[in-house]
Amino acid sequence: MAEVEIKQENLVFKKSKLILPNVMHYCPGCSHGTVHKLVAEVIEEMGLEHETIGVSPVGCSVFAYNYIDIDWAQAAHGRACAVATAIKRVNPEKMVFTYQGDGDMSAIGTGETIHAAARGENIVAIYINNAIYGMTGGQMAPTTLLGMKTATTPYGRDPKLNGYPYKIGQMLAHLDGVCYVTRQSVHTPANVRKAKKAIRHAFENAMAGKGFNLVEIVATCNSGWKLSPVASNEWLEQNMLPFYELGDLKDTTKE
Amino acid sequence: MKETIIIAGFGGQGVLTMGKILAYSGIMQDMEVTWMPSYGPEMRGGTANVTVILSDSAISSPIAHEFDCVVVLNQQSMDKFESQVKPGGVLIYDTNGITHHPTRTDISIYQIDATAECARLGQAKLFNTMILGAYLKVRPVVKMENVMAGLKKTLPERAWKMLPQNEEAIKHGGEIIRQIR
Amino acid sequence: MAEKEVKLMKGNEVIAHAAIRYGCDGYFGYPITPQSEVMETLMELKPWETTGMVVLQAESEVSSINMVYGGAATGKRVMTSSSSPGVSLMSEGLSYLAGAELPCVIVNCQRGGPGLGTIQPSQSDYFQACKGGAHGDFHLIVLAPNSVQEMHDFVADAFELSFKYRNPAMILADGCIGQMMEKVVLAPQRPRKTKEEIAAECKSWALIGKTDDRERNVITSLELKSEVMEVNNQRLQAKYRAMEENEVRYEAIQCDDADYVIVAFGSSSRICSATVEMARAEGIKLGLLRPITLFPFPKKPIEELAARGVKGFLAAELNAGQMVEDVRLAVNGKAPVEHYGRLGGMLFSPDEVLKALKEKLINR
Repeated sequence: MAEVEIKQENLVFKKSKLILPNVMHYCPGCSHGTVHKLVAEVIEEMGLEHETIGVSPVGCSVFAYNYIDIDWAQAAHGRACAVATAIKRVNPEKMVFTYQGDGDMSAIGTGETIHAAARGENIVAIYINNAIYGMTGGQMAPTTLLGMKTATTPYGRDPKLNGYPYKIGQMLAHLDGVCYVTRQSVHTPANVRKAKKAIRHAFENAMAGKGFNLVEIVATCNSGWKLSPVASNEWLEQNMLPFYELGDLKDTTKE
Repeated sequence: MKETIIIAGFGGQGVLTMGKILAYSGIMQDMEVTWMPSYGPEMRGGTANVTVILSDSAISSPIAHEFDCVVVLNQQSMDKFESQVKPGGVLIYDTNGITHHPTRTDISIYQIDATAECARLGQAKLFNTMILGAYLKVRPVVKMENVMAGLKKTLPERAWKMLPQNEEAIKHGGEIIRQIR
Repeated sequence: MAEKEVKLMKGNEVIAHAAIRYGCDGYFGYPITPQSEVMETLMELKPWETTGMVVLQAESEVSSINMVYGGAATGKRVMTSSSSPGVSLMSEGLSYLAGAELPCVIVNCQRGGPGLGTIQPSQSDYFQACKGGAHGDFHLIVLAPNSVQEMHDFVADAFELSFKYRNPAMILADGCIGQMMEKVVLAPQRPRKTKEEIAAECKSWALIGKTDDRERNVITSLELKSEVMEVNNQRLQAKYRAMEENEVRYEAIQCDDADYVIVAFGSSSRICSATVEMARAEGIKLGLLRPITLFPFPKKPIEELAARGVKGFLAAELNAGQMVEDVRLAVNGKAPVEHYGRLGGMLFSPDEVLKALKEKLINR
């Protein structure tokens, strides 16, 4: 193939300068890469790269600090919102966000999340909900759908045995300290654009001291789901979105 | 000089505060002091006690197993602490609710009817300073001026208007205490 | 010079005053007896209106220690306090703090266990405090105050040591020291560190916002490559050895001519200093060695006393025999080492300890 000269006028996409040149450890087709890109773009576009501190969880995105070029703290499993609370409290001028999966935030970290939200901490929690534990090899998450097969629900999630999935967005939305709760996805370009807007809105709210912000991204895990990336996107539309409906659940800035 | 005293009674009688006034009075007289309370559910109506040590030199243990003086303000405390007065030491008690009076003969024993006196005066809040006055009459370990300074340090500023009544109560406690043995 | 501020205060109250006066940036805690006065005092003093110090009541000890992790990650001077069951809940966080090499101060106002146990004073968390107390090979710096004044002073010392070594430091007190009132001289108010001072001191590691002249800072205890993780561990171990070399603190009372030596820390050491007075009055040449740092433990002075010919050591502690193991290691068979303790929130009295000394060592 002939070398193509890259000219400014031909560019249709430019990687954010905050995305580091490290090879990502995420599986091909994983939603994390897209969400990382959106977070990096929002930070760069808001000019906050010197002011932002991220908190990474335990789970697939534990290594988020290898991909976005800002200062990061890696938190113990589930404790990201407690860690972020203190970072923001002792550095109120900073932009502080957590980046957590469904296991980290809505299983082991439910308590820390609810209380940070109830206190109205001026932070953003980005919540990747793919209904499965990716890093440990595909076990059931609190968000695993009924009937869904995982390593610990090999015959499908049975509510009598495994209980029901729950929606932490709905739980947090009624708390007075919470400013903005939205549920987005990144499985189509249109959804990616909406998700980016939502992340930006949340970041702006946090910097303006309006309270706690939750941006849930309904995501795929093609390795855990044992589907191809394209089939995962289809499965997401057919199975995840009817239960995890997209859209804003709360936005006090519009009230 | 070293004085080890325990004040014991019900929560709500001002036991811990009386100890604190005494300890602060000691500080006003340049003494070393420790104040060690019983703590926990006692705060909510059970028995309460506080060990106060006043000394001219550094205090080693804040915990004691026998006392120069024991001030007893209810029967449970009498049952528990009569035996812990040092031989030759002093036991002071308020007579209210006491059914089994002390029996030891190797110590000095004093009575005061402070509960009854406070009821008569309609001044229940002065109970602990009246007891303090009674104690200081028997064991004048700190000067009155230092007691008043200690009292002022102990009370929050909003309660300073009560200082004259408390001074009266301290004096009155000294007047109504009587030796029975 | 300004007149000294002498106050009568509880050990717990003094922790709060000292934190403010020594320029602490944040306190994160959860109520538990017998140390709740720490946060109560802070809330009453409202330091956010004066020094700008943050005080936050968390929803659990798990959350408080992770808040400490967050605050410490930004180079700020942050602390928490709790009592035994609460410190157990914090143990995961302590391991992460040590692994991520974050400076901070934890106060444990011990009560008797195990489990919910009692609210009365105990020293039964010695192992937990001094041997790591959670997963992984790590140590906290552990200071054991035995007076209300030391509760005050050790807040400054603990912060200093924790920043010197980038390692969490614990003040291991107990219900006795926390609840007791004594005279205390409060330090003059020191300003909190400015942004610029923190940047100068902690720029190489703290999360103060990435600047163009440096790589991003990442606070983490994670390293999946074992060969790198081994190096990380060796670095931690080297720090602990340096602490053992440079930071040992102890007090020796009448040890020079002693035939027998009591080893006791914290509130026990106060009680045992009275035992020494009683023994000396009886003509028994008794000394007291009080470890002030429990980690690093004062091995050398104990070793030297054993080498000089002390006839026996009694470790007197409010537990079933924990520090006694470190005393035995230091004495290394040169003399008998016995233990005397009370359990479950009971205190011993000076004469009880003297009786135990006679039974276990002098008349055996």
